[in-house]
Amino acid sequence: MSGPGSMASGAAGSAEGPGPVDGARAPEQALFPPGFSVSEIKNKQRRHFMFLRWKQQQRKEKLANKKKRRKEREALGDKAPPKPVPKTIENQRVYDETTVDPNDEEVAFDESTDEFAPYFNRQTVPKILITTSDRPRGRTVRFCEQLSTIIPNSHVYYRRGLALKRIIPQCISRDFTDLIVINEDRKIPNGLVLSHLPDGPTAHFRMSSVRLRKEIKRKGKEPTEHQPEVILNNFTTRLGHSIGRMFASLFPHDPQFIGRQVATFHNQRDYIFFRFHRYIFKSEKKVGIQELGPRFTLKLRSLQKGTFDSKFGEYEWIHKHREMDTSRRKFHL
Amino acid sequence: MASSARWNHVWVGSETGILKGVNLRRRQATNYVAASALRRDEGVCAMCWGDPSESEILVGCLDRSVKLFSTEKGKFTESRQCLGGEGSFCGLAVHDSSIITCVESGLLKVWRDASSENMETQVGAGVCRMRQNPAQPQSVGTGGKENALKVWDLHRPEEPIFRAKNVRNDWLNLRVPVWERDLQFLPGSEKIVTCTGHHQVRLYDPSSPQRRPVLEATYGEYPLTALSLTPGADSVVVGSSHGDMAVIDLRQGRLVKCLKGFAGSVRSVQCHPTLPLVASCGLDRFLRVHNIEDKHLVHKVYLKSRLNCLLLTSREKWDDEEPEPAAPQADVKEEKDELWDGMETVATKTVLKRRADPNVRETQLGKRPKKQKRTSAGP
Repeated sequence: MSGPGSMASGAAGSAEGPGPVDGARAPEQALFPPGFSVSEIKNKQRRHFMFLRWKQQQRKEKLANKKKRRKEREALGDKAPPKPVPKTIENQRVYDETTVDPNDEEVAFDESTDEFAPYFNRQTVPKILITTSDRPRGRTVRFCEQLSTIIPNSHVYYRRGLALKRIIPQCISRDFTDLIVINEDRKIPNGLVLSHLPDGPTAHFRMSSVRLRKEIKRKGKEPTEHQPEVILNNFTTRLGHSIGRMFASLFPHDPQFIGRQVATFHNQRDYIFFRFHRYIFKSEKKVGIQELGPRFTLKLRSLQKGTFDSKFGEYEWIHKHREMDTSRRKFHL
Repeated sequence: MASSARWNHVWVGSETGILKGVNLRRRQATNYVAASALRRDEGVCAMCWGDPSESEILVGCLDRSVKLFSTEKGKFTESRQCLGGEGSFCGLAVHDSSIITCVESGLLKVWRDASSENMETQVGAGVCRMRQNPAQPQSVGTGGKENALKVWDLHRPEEPIFRAKNVRNDWLNLRVPVWERDLQFLPGSEKIVTCTGHHQVRLYDPSSPQRRPVLEATYGEYPLTALSLTPGADSVVVGSSHGDMAVIDLRQGRLVKCLKGFAGSVRSVQCHPTLPLVASCGLDRFLRVHNIEDKHLVHKVYLKSRLNCLLLTSREKWDDEEPEPAAPQADVKEEKDELWDGMETVATKTVLKRRADPNVRETQLGKRPKKQKRTSAGP
């Protein structure tokens, strides 16, 4: 019974390797002529076997090519051309024309006089109110408590079914600067509304991947009362700048370096990752970090001008899925 | 470049107080600032043409000053304070060399140059918009939040000529709230079309015996913030606070088509009187020009501040160019071969480089690198 080689009727070459029956001959001699396609074999077992052998051959060729290139590189020495950079989605990102140029005067003026200017001019001290949607469950409650230990000068209040539009004037009269509402669905927190209070913008995020302190492996001890430093990564566009400033205005302006705590908001591909660490410099170059505190991921859904008013407010940016998600290489933050 | 100020196609006012002139043919935006320092409380809240030949623009700012900008000279020439009432300007108009202003607290005032005989009336609180009838410059319409549409004649300012009545109670027998955001007078008749914050578009006819709206159409679920008439005057383009722009037919009251692309609230929409183009600006800091007939985005310009109002020139030919830059362009032509000639004619129709709009990307896939070379060598 001839092996699978005979099934390749389209192949002119007789250089088909032997079947699994006589395993004496090494598989290196198997050559797949160009006209041959594994998918034309109707028998599933034989097709599977031929596919595996084809894959082995591809791998060998790739390895051989690699070795050859490395040898050529070493032979050329200094004159070797630079290594090609692999393409990643961040490399291939479509240039966004709203990217902020640091020297731009108009944008600098816009930012220096926007709603966060009092915070950045050190005229106000942040005071945060954290609350949830109505009747929160255990996870959300614990998450709010942990969040209030991380953010200095924050207070957690139970929602009691009150309307946000009524809470906001009361907060303003009690000098709160920000309002955070954690929305809960089916016992896990899944949304975040961050509203800057006197008349500031309201950002609505979708929250995912929430990990409480006990679920974090290799965590450190409880966060202390020291004011943390804030790191904002990769907020390049104008919208990103606004959101970055919003996050920065949650924390007091002067971090206490003695506490060695740092809160990081890292934006990658429009997802914002929040982490809270304690760091220690073991030497000039080496740092050790331990993760404390909760971690979560945010995705911006809308930025509304003015305090929370989802029906009649004016939106500065809304995520429109069918119009904005058409390209895999275009990001907005 | 003072002389090129009059070739700008669109004039946009921003919240930071900068008046931007955008030349769509040459794809440039220039900032014109009244004083050397920018100030936030000089944000532009209303703009109108100073004269029918569109050589002057009246810019109303948040600090209640009205500045006169000359497009011929390219700079601000005059400024005057128009105090009285509270709130910012919600409408600005010109009649017989006097300025008509309306502020949000409801004070409608006509300012003569002599500043002695200024006529004023109260139109009710919470005004959102005041517009002048282009056919009869002495009649203006006002509307606002819980402030129904009223048409006033400036020669008899005590009583409005037409006061609209609210629609009947809805199916739950509740009063329908009133919030007129924007209004336009239809040419050729006395009809007025308004858009409301409760996502309705209404058509009123003062010449008919009923004071209630003749036609009512709803669109979307979000407040409609801006309105403009299309060239044929049988449909309107509305923009909402959610960035949805739509063309609504006035004869049947139905939605004709939607224009896409906005990511933020639309603050101002204006259609060209003859060409099928509509310009819109909003809080997402972009100016967009769409073609109404095929819903195509023709131009998209990033202007770095939030934009409040815009004025579109009613020039017929947008390709009119000053003779000055023609000379270097001729040199460029001589150097390159015929391919460049072909490139140039197409370039007027295609869009800005580096725009990542998927609609138009197909038309210029192959041409993009060459286009960049051309603009770097050009004027």
